[in-house]
Amino acid sequence: MNRLKLVAAACATVVLAACNPEPGPLQHGANPELPEPKRGLLPSMKIADPSEWGDQVPVVPEGFEVRAIARDLRIPRQTLVLPNGDILVAEGRGGNAPALKPKDVIAGPIKAAGTTQVPSGNRLTLLRDADGDGEYELQTVFAEDLDAPYGLALVGNNLYVANQDAVVRFDYQPGMTQARAGKPQVLTKLPSEINHHWTKAMTASADGRFLYVGIGSNSNITERGMTAEQDRAVVWEIDTQTGMHREYAGGLRNPTALAIQPGSGQLWAVVNERDEIGPDLVPDYLTSVREGGFYGWPWAYWGQHVDTRVKPENPEKVAASITPDYALGAHVAALGLDFSSPVMGPEYAEGVFVGMHGSWNRSEPVGYKVVFVPFRNGRPAGDPIDFATGFRDDDGTTRGRPVGVTVDPRGALVIADDLANIVWRVARIGAAAPPPGPPPPATDQAGGEDTETVPEAATGP
Amino acid sequence: MVATVEGRYAPAFHPVHALLLGGALSLILGTLLADIAYARTYEIQWINFAAWLNVGGLVFAAAALVCALLGLVPSRRTRGSALHCLLWAVAWILALLNALVHARDAWAAMPMALVLSVLVFAVALVSIFFAAWPLRAGGVR
Repeated sequence: MNRLKLVAAACATVVLAACNPEPGPLQHGANPELPEPKRGLLPSMKIADPSEWGDQVPVVPEGFEVRAIARDLRIPRQTLVLPNGDILVAEGRGGNAPALKPKDVIAGPIKAAGTTQVPSGNRLTLLRDADGDGEYELQTVFAEDLDAPYGLALVGNNLYVANQDAVVRFDYQPGMTQARAGKPQVLTKLPSEINHHWTKAMTASADGRFLYVGIGSNSNITERGMTAEQDRAVVWEIDTQTGMHREYAGGLRNPTALAIQPGSGQLWAVVNERDEIGPDLVPDYLTSVREGGFYGWPWAYWGQHVDTRVKPENPEKVAASITPDYALGAHVAALGLDFSSPVMGPEYAEGVFVGMHGSWNRSEPVGYKVVFVPFRNGRPAGDPIDFATGFRDDDGTTRGRPVGVTVDPRGALVIADDLANIVWRVARIGAAAPPPGPPPPATDQAGGEDTETVPEAATGP
Repeated sequence: MVATVEGRYAPAFHPVHALLLGGALSLILGTLLADIAYARTYEIQWINFAAWLNVGGLVFAAAALVCALLGLVPSRRTRGSALHCLLWAVAWILALLNALVHARDAWAAMPMALVLSVLVFAVALVSIFFAAWPLRAGGVR
C-alpha cells in the first residue's frame, strides 16, 4: 500500500512539473539546438485570448506603412496578387476529423477559443485598388460554394484553386471581378478523408506546366493509424494539362505553404512539425524540396532523430530522411511563404517572408508575427528579421494571427489575418508607382503565390 | 467435528454499490486487455478503445467511490469498509493518471499506460476484496 502511495505521489509530481513554464532556447537556422524529447502528463497549452485591433495596426519596419485593405472576411488564409494588381483571398476553414480519443473532446473547444468564431467563407474574395492610392475600394465575392479553398495559382488564363478535396480550375480573364457562373472544372481530386491537416497549399512551376500541392498528415504522429496516412505528408506534382499526379516528395508532416524560387525555379516549402515532445521540439522549418526526397515524418525528425512514438519502427526510412534547410523555431506554426524581390527595398531584396500563425501548445507563446529570412546566393543566410509584429501582447491579448503572405510586385507584402478576418498590406513608402490606366494584359505569370518578374515601374527606390 | 454453516450473510454491498463496482471493474479490465492488444499488435484502434474504456471506468468508479464513502458511516461500517474506500480512491487516482497517459499520441502512451492499467485493475480488485470481507468472516466454521 505504501508503494502504491509512492507511485501516486510520484505521478502527482510529474503532473505538477508539467505545469511549470519552460522557456527554452529558440532555434533558428541550419543547426538548431534540439533538446531531448519529453512530455509531462498534462500538455502545456496557452491559448490566444482574442481581442479587437481597434485603432491599432501591426508594427512594421521603418520605411513601410501598413493598412487594412479588407475587413469582415470569413477566415482569410492565402492570397494571390493577379497581374493587374487585384488581390484574390481564399477564405474558409476545413477538416472533418472526428474526435478520436477523450482528449480530442476536451482539447477541441479549448483550441477553438483561440481562433475566429465566424463561419467558413468557402469563397474567394477579390480586392481592387483601381487608382493605386493604396485603398482597395472594391471588395467583392469572386467565387463561392468552394470547399475550404487555400492554395491559389494563376497560369495564363487558368486560375487554380486548391480546395480541401480537389484542385479546381476557373477561367480567368484580365479585369474579371467575378468568376463565370457554374461550377469550376475539377482538375485533380486530392486526399481528403479525415483531413486532420486539411490545408492544401499550392504553387505552380516556373513554366506553368505543373502544380505543386502540399498534403498534410492525417495526425500529429500516427495516432490515427498508418492506413490513414496513405498519400499524406507529401507534395504532389500535378500536370496542368492532364490532371495526372505523382508524389514529388514525402515525409513532410504539414507543408502549409509552397513557393517557387525566382531564377532557379526550385520548389520551397514551410512545414509544420510534430507536437507533444516538448516546447522546443520539433522546429517548424523552411526547406527546398528535393524531387523524390523524404523528410522524415513520421519516423524521424530534423534529419535522423528517431521519433519513438511511431511503431513499428522503420530504420530504412529514418536513414533516408533528409535534414531540412532552415529551422524557424518549434510551434511557431509557419503558414505563409513567399519570395521577396528588389521592390521590397535593399534590406529585404533577397529572401523569403514567412507568416507565423503562433503557438497554442507552448507555455511561452511564439510566432504571431511575420518574419523575413534573408537569403544569399539562393540559400537562407542569417537570422530571421521581424517584419510585422504586434499581433499578440505579452499578456496574451491577441488581435491577429498571420497566415498567408504574398509579395505584391508593386512593393508591398499582403498578409492574411485569420483571427481578425482582415487582409493587411504592408507597403514600402515611395516604392510603388500606381499602375497607369486600365489593367495591363495578363502575362504568363506562373509563380502561383509568388511573382518572378519585377515590373520595371516598381524597381526604383 | 461438526461443521455448521452460518446461514446469515451480512450484506456487505448495497445492490447499487455492487452494480457500480462490477461496472467499473469490467471497464478497468477492458482497458487492460485493450492495452495488451495494442502493445502486442501496434494496432492503433486498441489504444483508442483503451482510452474510452478507461473513461467509462472512471465514471463508474467515481459513483462507486461515493457509495464507499457512504459505507463509512458508523451504522453501515464493516471490517473492511475503510480499507475498501481508501484503496478504491487510490485506484481512481491511478485511473485518472492513466487517462492522462492515454491522451499521449501513439506509442508515447507506452509502456506507462500498460503499467498503470495493471495497477488500477490490481488495486481495484484488492479493494473489492476488502469490501467483501464480512462475507468471508461469516462463512464456514
